Amino acid sequence: MKDEVTTREDRVEALGGMGCKRKRVEDARFTQGKGNYVDDIKLPGMLFGDFVRSPYAHARVKSINTEVAMALDGVIAVLTAADLEPLGLHWMPTLAGDKQMVLADGKVLFQGQEVAYVVAKDRYIAADAVELVEVEYEELPVLTDPFEALQSDVVLREDLELGADGAHGPRKHHNHIFTWEAGDKDATEQVLGEAEVVAEEMVYYHRTHPCPLETCGCVASMDKVNGKLTLYGTFQAPHAIRTVVSLISGLEEHNIRVVSPDIGGGFGNKVGAYAGYVCSVVASIVTGVPVKWVEDRMENLMTTAFARDYWMKGKISATKDGKITGLWCHTTADHGGFDACADPTKFPAGFMNICTGSYDIPTAYLAVDGVYTNKAPGGVAYRCSFRVTEAAYFIERMIEVLAIELNMDAAELRRINFIKKEQFPYNSALGWEYDSGDYHTAWERALTAVGYDDLRNEQAQRVEDFKAGKTRKLLGIGLTHFTEIVGAGPVKNCDILGLGMFDSCEIRIHPTGSAIARLGTISQGQGHATTFAQILATEIGLPADSITIEEGDTDTAPYGLGTYGSRSTPVAGAATAMAGRKIRAKAQMIAAYLLEVHDDDVEFDVDRFVVKGAPEKFKTMKEIAFAAYNQAIPGIEPGLEAVSYYDPPNMTYPFGAYICVMEIDVDTGEHEIRQFYALDDCGTRINPMIIEGQVHGGLTEALAIAMGQEIAYDEMGNVKTGTLMDFFLPTAWETPNYTTDHTVTPSPHHPIGAKGVGESPNVGGVPAFSNAVHDAFRAFGLRQSHMPHDHWRIWKIANDLGLHG
Amino acid sequence: MSNKKHITMTVNGEEQEFLAEPRELLIHTLRERLGITGPHIGCETSHCGACTVTMNGKSVKSCTVFVAQADGADVTTIEGLGTPDSLHVLQNAFKEHHGLQCGYCTPGMITRASKLLEENPNPTEEEVRFGMAGNLCRCTGYQNIVKSILAAAAEMNASKEAAE
Repeated sequence: MKDEVTTREDRVEALGGMGCKRKRVEDARFTQGKGNYVDDIKLPGMLFGDFVRSPYAHARVKSINTEVAMALDGVIAVLTAADLEPLGLHWMPTLAGDKQMVLADGKVLFQGQEVAYVVAKDRYIAADAVELVEVEYEELPVLTDPFEALQSDVVLREDLELGADGAHGPRKHHNHIFTWEAGDKDATEQVLGEAEVVAEEMVYYHRTHPCPLETCGCVASMDKVNGKLTLYGTFQAPHAIRTVVSLISGLEEHNIRVVSPDIGGGFGNKVGAYAGYVCSVVASIVTGVPVKWVEDRMENLMTTAFARDYWMKGKISATKDGKITGLWCHTTADHGGFDACADPTKFPAGFMNICTGSYDIPTAYLAVDGVYTNKAPGGVAYRCSFRVTEAAYFIERMIEVLAIELNMDAAELRRINFIKKEQFPYNSALGWEYDSGDYHTAWERALTAVGYDDLRNEQAQRVEDFKAGKTRKLLGIGLTHFTEIVGAGPVKNCDILGLGMFDSCEIRIHPTGSAIARLGTISQGQGHATTFAQILATEIGLPADSITIEEGDTDTAPYGLGTYGSRSTPVAGAATAMAGRKIRAKAQMIAAYLLEVHDDDVEFDVDRFVVKGAPEKFKTMKEIAFAAYNQAIPGIEPGLEAVSYYDPPNMTYPFGAYICVMEIDVDTGEHEIRQFYALDDCGTRINPMIIEGQVHGGLTEALAIAMGQEIAYDEMGNVKTGTLMDFFLPTAWETPNYTTDHTVTPSPHHPIGAKGVGESPNVGGVPAFSNAVHDAFRAFGLRQSHMPHDHWRIWKIANDLGLHG
Repeated sequence: MSNKKHITMTVNGEEQEFLAEPRELLIHTLRERLGITGPHIGCETSHCGACTVTMNGKSVKSCTVFVAQADGADVTTIEGLGTPDSLHVLQNAFKEHHGLQCGYCTPGMITRASKLLEENPNPTEEEVRFGMAGNLCRCTGYQNIVKSILAAAAEMNASKEAAE
């Protein structure tokens, strides 16, 4: 079984390992319409569930009459809170330590809240029956403003005991959820008080929604004969869902199988546990047949996990020559009717304390107050690590505002405040240990690539021309240098519902030299089946094409916390490498036995173990795999398998430098992205093709958020952006081409040095687009204007600045 | 039931005949009744294009077509474009140029692109972007989708020239 290829380079290439632009193995089924998404699952006798939802944002539910609906042919059941109460399932725990109504228990707290669950023979009958359920409401005063909510006498959560602590400490008001602090308050206030220059601003990051193209859904199938529940669904964390289902249903965990099939995009929306899952499980247990629930687009936008909604009041101080001395931030966080944020338990405001960004800020303080309002619950990390995009937007706006205050170039202000390469590992004032970085190199490369000085000259000329009446278009140069914190996380401080945020990989090598590896994560488009095989190919010396990657079935995959917060590569990727190394360690012993030398006398070389100093004597991994199954080797068990549960010692800190050049029409408020340059440093690069694709996609989601996308409410708590007519998703027509670039600063603590990249472009992209808008109007006195910068709001900026004559 | 209507249609070259309520949506006919699950549901309001099929020679959003409107129609879905042994040029191009990620928009995207290239075999980038604007993608940022379609057009034109 000798290889035909001989040169080392040939052998490396034949593996398709780390660093190559391997084509995706997922694409064969997706391009032929053979993906298997949750709504494609059709089980014998399957019923369909649908919700009666509240038209009001705050109301008492006086009565629910299900008689007419039940009389409709094909309707099997209509569940209300009264039906779930005996099972203790009318409320469920949230990921944030709060609880949430599964079905309205006496009142509703947001528009679209689930009131009753109809089960029928098909989705048309279910939809008809929803219309026939009669619900009598008594409207209550609506609170949609978190600042007003903290002053109001209106009690939103009557179920919570007044004066009692919440999950994250004391509550200051009946609509207050928690206060979370980081850093040194007194020292920061002292620095600000003595500073030469202080810039102060309110930065609002509006409420939006991840809006994956596939909505959330599930199929619950209770096998009453064997007592086993199978739950298929759009779950970004299938194992955590299994544990949650076990805890709230009372079914033993071994009797629950959770399967995430192909997922049509997640972006954080599919992390949470939703009422639809609970009701479907109950309905299947009650009826004994499978029950499917798939939300429609309005339900998705109105009710399942929103993102952002942070009011960030900031103060930043500096010396006259621009050295930053302190940062202060107070955030008012609108969490909606229930606190269902998806954050690690000890971090109710996520990793918002990464808000010192890429800068060496010696003193800082952050406080976050969570507030209940009459809006949908959620607060997920929409294509970012937990609240990291809020943090990045905050600091990148504050830097721009400080540059205005100092009358300084914003690129120069960043340059003189970056954490220096030699300062890593760097301990930030708000408590993080940044693993590695080289910000100055990335920054200079980015500025050179776009011709920064020429752009500033062009901009100055444009301002002159505008003032002289020669043009009605302004030029904005949007700068951003972001630092992310991803890869949650170390079990010592990161858990969700008490589950440590490790991840896992289990590998089985087959006798003929191919393999299957299973992980605790789940791809939603990231291409895990392609990239994790590349990691393994390099680690174990078998071709990536011979390695199947499987995720998402809790009966077969090892326990893991799933895919969100750019944690798959930092955590499961590390587990994959470590499991591969266990395989290699055993393979080394087998090779030594076969080659009749001591274990220490063979060494790994791409796809084989060779005798040190005698490269002609070797055993390929393929030969070793076969030997593992057909030889009785003294002291070594048969087989070749390994499992690794990886508890990361630290987070990883990807970073990047983004520059957006934008033309703005002062009279129409329209914009045109003339150039967008994105330099990412995600450490070791596993598949450059996939990284580039992730960057394009993340930037486009950032474009959407910055330039038009929002979940907006009127004063009655009506959702104004509940369809794709109103909720902005850019088309190919509105989306620019992007230029991507990279530097490579490996993570020192990660087995392969990789940091994760999927979310960087959203984290860095939003401030880059927003800063471009602000920058275009800087010469006319604009300091801060809230996103999204749709045409109307940009027109309004120009109008308010008196630019319309 | 009395309100059911007799429907015939050709889907991917196969004759189909059944009774259906007139209000049944074509996307549900395809997915639920005929088991053709390539076209997906993303919005049910004609905005996202995940359900795009070709009906009587035109790209349509099958989520807003009543089955009664499709009576007698000739319908092609992603399943009708290529076979595992003989993929459509676009199917290969999307893989080659990383024109997809989660795959949910892909069947509609490729089905629409196939029609676009019939209508305009040699489109500019701008024409591709405009012609594809009825199909939303949340993952790719479109850059590689546009690249895939332009590459497929070039390949189809090259093989046409070679054949002539």
